[in-house]
Amino acid sequence: MAELLEVRDLKIGATAYPPGEPPQDITIVHGVSFTLQKGKVLGLIGESGAGKSTIGLAALAYGRGGVRITGGEVLLDGEDILALGGSGIRDIRGRRVCYVAQSAAAAFNPAHRLGDQVVEAAVRHGVMSRSEAWERAKYLFGVLGLPDPDSFGRRYPHQVSGGQLQRAMTAMALCPGPELIVFDEPTTALDVTTQIDVLAAIKRAIEETHTAALYITHDLAVVAQISDDIMVLRHGNMVEYGSVQQIIEEPKEDYTRDLVSVTQTLKDEAPDQSDSLLRIDSVDAAYSGDFKVLHDVSVHLPRGQTLAVVGESGSGKSTLARVITGLLPPSRGEVIFKGAALPPEFANRNKEQLRQVQMLYQMADTAMNPRQTVRDIVGRPLTFYFGLRGAEKTRRVAELLEQIEMGKGFIDRYPAELSGGQKQRVCIARALAAEPEVILCDEPTSALDPLVAKGILKLLLRLQAETQLSYLFITHDIATVRAIADSIAVMYQGRVVRFGPKSKVLSPPFDDYTDLLLKSVPEMRLGWLEEVLTTRRMGSAGH
Amino acid sequence: MVQESGPAGTGRAPQGSLAAGLSGPSPANDSGAPSGRGGGLAALRRRMPLATLLAQRLGLSLLLLWAVSVVVFLGIEALPGDFAQTYLGQSATPQAVANIRAELGLDQPALSRYLEWLGGVAQGDFGKSWASGNSVTEQIGLRLGNTLFLAFWAALVSVPLAVGLGMLAVHFRDRWPDRLINVVSLGAISLPEFFVGYILILFVAVQGGWVTFPSTVYAGMSFGQRLEAIILPCATLVLVVLAHMMRMTRAAIISVMSSPYIETAELKGLDTLRIIARHAAPNAVAPIITVVALNLAYLVVGVVVVEVVFVYPGMGQYMVDAVTVRDMPVVQACGLIFASVYILLNMTADILGILTNPRLRHPR
Repeated sequence: MAELLEVRDLKIGATAYPPGEPPQDITIVHGVSFTLQKGKVLGLIGESGAGKSTIGLAALAYGRGGVRITGGEVLLDGEDILALGGSGIRDIRGRRVCYVAQSAAAAFNPAHRLGDQVVEAAVRHGVMSRSEAWERAKYLFGVLGLPDPDSFGRRYPHQVSGGQLQRAMTAMALCPGPELIVFDEPTTALDVTTQIDVLAAIKRAIEETHTAALYITHDLAVVAQISDDIMVLRHGNMVEYGSVQQIIEEPKEDYTRDLVSVTQTLKDEAPDQSDSLLRIDSVDAAYSGDFKVLHDVSVHLPRGQTLAVVGESGSGKSTLARVITGLLPPSRGEVIFKGAALPPEFANRNKEQLRQVQMLYQMADTAMNPRQTVRDIVGRPLTFYFGLRGAEKTRRVAELLEQIEMGKGFIDRYPAELSGGQKQRVCIARALAAEPEVILCDEPTSALDPLVAKGILKLLLRLQAETQLSYLFITHDIATVRAIADSIAVMYQGRVVRFGPKSKVLSPPFDDYTDLLLKSVPEMRLGWLEEVLTTRRMGSAGH
Repeated sequence: MVQESGPAGTGRAPQGSLAAGLSGPSPANDSGAPSGRGGGLAALRRRMPLATLLAQRLGLSLLLLWAVSVVVFLGIEALPGDFAQTYLGQSATPQAVANIRAELGLDQPALSRYLEWLGGVAQGDFGKSWASGNSVTEQIGLRLGNTLFLAFWAALVSVPLAVGLGMLAVHFRDRWPDRLINVVSLGAISLPEFFVGYILILFVAVQGGWVTFPSTVYAGMSFGQRLEAIILPCATLVLVVLAHMMRMTRAAIISVMSSPYIETAELKGLDTLRIIARHAAPNAVAPIITVVALNLAYLVVGVVVVEVVFVYPGMGQYMVDAVTVRDMPVVQACGLIFASVYILLNMTADILGILTNPRLRHPR
């Protein structure tokens, strides 16, 4: 009986309200079972909608929104917490089982100091006195590598960074000394260089406090670094359940194999050409006066190739795209397209110049008018640029839908009736409708699940091979860059720190930033995190 | 639902404008002043965002007050009718009218009369009533006291009641107590206040005989007598302003209750009362303050009808009387004082909203 948590045949349902139809009861989790021993970490992995967060919250007998636990048992030390009443379950939440949310920025109350929130559960449950809890909080801030642990708790949530908030949230979960912590995608919203620090801090903290954990993520490479066991979920069903070694090294199920092999090279690099389709020439750009975002940026993109622009948030990647489209006129330098400078402001460009550069956005959701059908969305550029109407337009829309592998059956759907991947495909069709030469892709896959994202990347590459399209592909994900780029520009604080063909940029000798960036990308193998941390420590010891 | 979302929107407006104020130097600053002054202001704003914001609010309020004085003066200039004509009635010979106009300074150009009036107002002197020849400032002192007395008691009853009922409605959300509170308060807000007033007079004063009517107060009344006199007008005002504040409180708390940090609090195993009081209330307070301030302003400014219905000697009745005889200095003074109360209360709400925002109290 060493099992701390035993979940037996857990069934979870909710009520869906489809537009124009009566409410329906749907099942989110179809009978999932697992066990977790004291001090061990179980990784729950799957794409969105797999039910992993829902299962995690069920460990606190909590259903988010209208979610209900409809069957099964959740045994904590042999006691079924689903059978407990209101006060019984409140006594368990925040004392024996704690929760770390994906977005710490939203999960902290903006009105109170971090320290007060961190100690609240421990104090309210009478686990320790207020001063003891503050002492423990300071200790935990130190373990988690937060700056100035003694005074960190005096700050308000808006006064610290996202990575620090995520660590503070972990401290909040650890403070009452719980037996189990549910981590719900704690590093997903962070930059890759920040993620590694938070990941290491979490790992160290749960090892030092011997706390068991459920670790929920969609990133297999991350969970491989931190878990003892892994459960792969899909559509609310268990796909595969085993030790981390077995899942990573000998996956049994096809779906798991797909997940493991999701980041492989899809394209070999094409040779650099001297005559570029698009050339950015020593561009400076600034928002509202003095705040300079781009410093002397020069890159170029040959026809039929992909230039990946990579960097963390705030590095100026998206600003570069805004400069190229003319949404933000540069304060210095120019954008040269086919040998001629484009007018800096989009309002001064002619229809032909506008047509040749199209955009693809991260949030396909917000980039489409929810009240227009696919026919209207894709048909609009056809009318605008080519004057197509009526049957001719419909024929061309159907053709484009074939091209993005969806088919004309979707022509009268609204965006709300499409999945995330389908929405992004419709956005691609809309860009293609203008028959552009360059598509600026601003993180088009980062909001998608890995396998769906891979499908989108393959589609983009196929279109490139067929039509000689060029892509400027903005991303923070090195794996994506490896998969599709011909050339790479690494951006840091508004400057291009490294630019060249993929093979050169991704091989040593590296500059400091590229080195850090590359080493921070989780690799799909055991022991990667330890290795990186060791080399880092040696590196810092050497200085 | 429209009722709820409407005020919720206005409730957040001050925060929105704050954010805009905070987001770095404004374009005007950048393009206008090349270095010194613009940079200095921006630096000041960075170092002391709270003080700068408060000073800004104060300055804006004063500017607004001045604009109101212009509008009040121009509006009264544009009114048809003439004091001298009304005053003299049948015996208004052209010569007599001209004499009175000259006596009151009405033959002077509007600009100089405005400046003279403004100068007096700045020193607290609203001039003399044309009708009675008494000092307007003295008269208003008495009347304003009565109006504030009534408004104070109405506020003392209605604000805690509204916030309490709002919290209660959230606690019993979508169950019968919530529905009952909603229906009753909506009914109260939908009836015109004079109607509510007369209904109360009919049933409570005339048929019930429990309180006296009219609610006139006069010098020499004891505090208890005064309180008794204002029971009915106070009850009418409470009924009129209660619903708005109650529904706003309910909407603000419900909106906060769906935030992720409330989920965090629930997952800490805290009880409902603590979640509402400690985690929801501090974040719901800004929109609630805004709607409370609006209603307090209404208690002072919108009291005209209620005072007339209950024959209560406050500012409202004073102003209505002055309008009937075209006694312009009194009308102007009342208009300006009503506007100041309105601006003052809104400014207070704005400042409280700023002070309850941790981002402004504790800059990075």
